[in-house]
Amino acid sequence: MGDLAIRCRGLVKRYPPDVLAVDGLDLEIRRGECFGLLGPNGAGKTTTIEILEGLLDPTAGEIEVLGRRWSDHPQELRARLGITLQETRLPDRLTVEEILRLFRSFYPRGRTIEAVLGLVALEDKRKARYERLSGGQKQRLAVACALVSEPELLFLDEPTTGLDPQSRRQLWDVVEEARSSGHTVLLTTHYMDEAERLCDRVAIVDHGKVIALGTPRELVARVVGQEVVEFEAPHDGVEEASVRALPGVEAARHEGRSWSLTVSGLHVAIPALLDHLDARGVPLTALSTHRASLEDVFVTLTGRRLRD
Amino acid sequence: MTELEPRREPPPPRPSGGFAERSPLVQLALARLRSFYREPEAVFWSFGFPILLTIALGIAFRAKPPDPVRAAVVAGPRAEAVRAALAAGPAVDVRVLGDEEAHRALRGGQVAVVVEPGDPPVYRFDPTSPDSRLARTVVDDLLQGAAGRRDVFAARTERFTEPGSRYVDFLVPGLLGMNVMSSGMWGVGWVIVEDRQKKLLKRIVATPMRRSEYLLAFVIMRMLFLVVEVPILVGFAMLAFGTPLRGRVLDLGVIMAVGAMAFAGLGLLVGSRARNSQTVGGLINLVMMPMFVLSGVFFSSRHFPEAMQPAIRILPLTALNDGLRAIMNDGTSLTALGSQLAILAVVAAGSFALALRWFRWT
Repeated sequence: MGDLAIRCRGLVKRYPPDVLAVDGLDLEIRRGECFGLLGPNGAGKTTTIEILEGLLDPTAGEIEVLGRRWSDHPQELRARLGITLQETRLPDRLTVEEILRLFRSFYPRGRTIEAVLGLVALEDKRKARYERLSGGQKQRLAVACALVSEPELLFLDEPTTGLDPQSRRQLWDVVEEARSSGHTVLLTTHYMDEAERLCDRVAIVDHGKVIALGTPRELVARVVGQEVVEFEAPHDGVEEASVRALPGVEAARHEGRSWSLTVSGLHVAIPALLDHLDARGVPLTALSTHRASLEDVFVTLTGRRLRD
Repeated sequence: MTELEPRREPPPPRPSGGFAERSPLVQLALARLRSFYREPEAVFWSFGFPILLTIALGIAFRAKPPDPVRAAVVAGPRAEAVRAALAAGPAVDVRVLGDEEAHRALRGGQVAVVVEPGDPPVYRFDPTSPDSRLARTVVDDLLQGAAGRRDVFAARTERFTEPGSRYVDFLVPGLLGMNVMSSGMWGVGWVIVEDRQKKLLKRIVATPMRRSEYLLAFVIMRMLFLVVEVPILVGFAMLAFGTPLRGRVLDLGVIMAVGAMAFAGLGLLVGSRARNSQTVGGLINLVMMPMFVLSGVFFSSRHFPEAMQPAIRILPLTALNDGLRAIMNDGTSLTALGSQLAILAVVAAGSFALALRWFRWT
């Protein structure tokens, strides 16, 4: 019990008349881990995280955050959490330092402004107004506002959406830094590389439910296998059942000409596949392989891509 | 601070800064204040615009010597004698014109009365125009006098154009009131909705900040605003136009403060639920527009029909403007302005209470 930062059972959020944003979601997040909610837009990630942050009331379900309930200890919880929302705009005319001082004043305990500026690498922007910051700097400042209180639990809702690659990597550094200094982190994202890089464990969420849970590596191995082979060939010349029966192939799916195989032994499966197609006189128009990723997990589980 | 011993544990978080740095209320008020004075447009509309308006209207409606009475005499044998008799009067502008010409001048408004010399003379004038009626009376007086009529008595006259009765003296309290209204409604209603639209409101209610302090920061901001606005506008009007301040400064401050609370409350009310700034902008204009017209900013609300007066009297801007004019121009004391103060206080209390009940925090 004491080692759980978040425990949530049967979480439901219904928006009348007929939107079911969260549909019986269960979640257990351990202290000290970085946990990712991964899913496409509209999967219910933001609704879930805002309920956990105490900003939305659930329709049903039991939630404990840091061993407390929102209904009993709202002020204590707010002081122990740090959050960033999707797309908050801070006051345009205030400087980085002034905004941090404002947020710091809301908390009884926390870091110095100096320390937080260092954590998010904004020391040389301290006198810059918010309106003059780049997208990545704004996002790092938003995270800094969440870190001023030295929170036990940090919520980051799509922290890198819309950022350029370099800014994303800088933000990842900030999150890793926060995690290694003992914060528990819950983040949502629809970037699987982000989840693989930052998260100890991920839950894949779709239609308001957790459809898979584990470490990124576990999930990939369990759901997909080691490698993915993709090829294009005329659909009528190849039968799904016979492809699936090839040595080393664990699963096969196709959409028109595009095939995707999950494979345990690439060295066995590839020659077998080529022989198979050759024997039937089916021309191969493309062939590629990659290590299986969380994206493949999602596609395998739902038949859809994360970002359409 | 120097450290004498090597430290073994990380030090406890330093209680950073002084009271001002640790007080959410001070930091919130500072944030408001900075956001305001770093927005040059907002500063102009709040402080520069009322001064420009005072200058423009003060010049347009400055005290002028009375217009001369313009009269025409129809040409003829006795015309010269009549012209001389009229020209002898003070502030009469008289010329001799042909019959046709005189008719045209009267119709075009270049003259207000046409005299046809004769025994008795004929006055042509327009009885529906105050100008024309006045000209007829002046002309008749002069010609009767020239013909030998004696006045029964000669009244002594006194000019009455002292400060307090001029248009600019009417205008300045009205502008003060209008400014308190619009800066209160925009500065509270609009700003809150902007915070809500930017999700800043949602972000800060996720912190342990007390919600009352967020709102109290607006009240502090309004009061600071008065401390700057009243001296600037009143001081300018006193220096440039000699506008009087006959009542007590304290009374002026009190009624301005209560008025500012009333309009801050109305601003809070219109901003309590709106999700975007277009909506709240429309609401603010909807609330303010009737008061701009009815509450006696630029002209006296007494011009409106008697049947509307009870409704006009209970508008908060009417109460504020009437109170300000009484204090500045008549030296009335606050104790005689109970009904105005009561209206403002009720609006303030009522709007705050309703707004807090309806307020949408997340």
